[in-house]
Amino acid sequence: MKYWRVPLDSNEVQVSRGKVHIIEERCKGCGYCIEYCPREVLEFSKAYNAKGYHPPVVRSEDCLNCHYCELLCPEFAIFSVEAIGEGV
Amino acid sequence: MKNKSKPDVPHPLEDLVRMDRIPHIWCSGCGTGSVFASCLTAIKQTGIDYRRFTMVSGIGCSGRGAGYINIDSFHTTHGRAIPFASGIKMANPDLNVIVFSGDGDLCAIGGNHFIHAARRNMDLTVVCINNFTYGMTGGQVAATTPFGAKSATTSAGNPESPFNLPLLAYAAGATYVARWTMLHSRDLADAIKESILRKGFSFIEVLSPCPINYGRRNKEKALDALRKYQKNTIVKNGANPAEADIDFDKGVILGKFIDIDKATCDESYRKMYRPQETADKQLKTG
Ligand code: SF4
Ligand code: SF4
Ligand code: SF4
Repeated sequence: MKYWRVPLDSNEVQVSRGKVHIIEERCKGCGYCIEYCPREVLEFSKAYNAKGYHPPVVRSEDCLNCHYCELLCPEFAIFSVEAIGEGV
Repeated sequence: MKNKSKPDVPHPLEDLVRMDRIPHIWCSGCGTGSVFASCLTAIKQTGIDYRRFTMVSGIGCSGRGAGYINIDSFHTTHGRAIPFASGIKMANPDLNVIVFSGDGDLCAIGGNHFIHAARRNMDLTVVCINNFTYGMTGGQVAATTPFGAKSATTSAGNPESPFNLPLLAYAAGATYVARWTMLHSRDLADAIKESILRKGFSFIEVLSPCPINYGRRNKEKALDALRKYQKNTIVKNGANPAEADIDFDKGVILGKFIDIDKATCDESYRKMYRPQETADKQLKTG
């Protein structure tokens, strides 16, 4: 993770890590999750889903498990869970 | 990372949604689904048994909420969500009654019901999605359409002034008044949770985009509306509702404006007309 100033206790504080799940066929391509993810984890897929929308895809492994995409998505199409045993 | 396969765990809100009815009818970029997700999150966070809730909606796009939630719910007639909800509350005061509906339904067509339930301090949580228009019927001018905004019936701009809903709620007697936008999902979920847990008429206005029938005529895509909600708003808890008129050029005030303790309608009614019941209850709860 990039910091503009390294916190003094950065070695001790555990940064939570998440894994984001996308249920592509529910997505209506509004882009809310992509635009408002604080870590810019997501981008539009080049592919279409069955409804003709471009769902998001994961472009980086920086997910913080903040659940914001999950709250903001109008379609119940994205959510995050804690990444377990995937290293920090 | 592969995303093609379905996740092995369900979406955390699925237990509260009638999944057989999903996808819902809300358009791409409509904010109603986001407000709905915040509302379900709030219900979940209270930790209260789902059987102790009822959701009531009126007519309109957001009125579909009652049909999608997987708890007892009522989809009522136009403008009448509040009287149905009041009836439920008076008959069964132990239920947490949430009204989930739109600005047109609650404050224009059902405007009289709204002010009188607020006056009575009826113990309801009213989540009012304000998208500035009558979305479902094609985007006609509403009592909330901003001055000058275009609609299907005001093609040269709205010549009328809109309601300041927090001021209306407060003036009528609401004991909790807040305003958030659908982008402020966490604050919104916290406000709904707080309203469920408190007693009295709680009014939460939520600004939310209708890109199809409002945005399209006012050159505002869904994401443009969200950027406005982010940049042209000021969080000011405790602000005077009289300052809460909606003018994005000046900055729209968000936050919790009012939180007053006052006996609710069902409490006062029971105390005066069912004194024995009240005494029994006090004995039970200590
Ligand atoms: S959980 Fe937070 S960090 Fe992870 S993808 Fe969603 S919005 Fe981004
Ligand atoms: S917020 Fe939901 S519907 Fe919108 S693009 Fe993201 S996953 Fe799709
Ligand atoms: S018409 Fe407007 S309010 Fe209704 S579902 Fe579509 S975007 Fe939402």
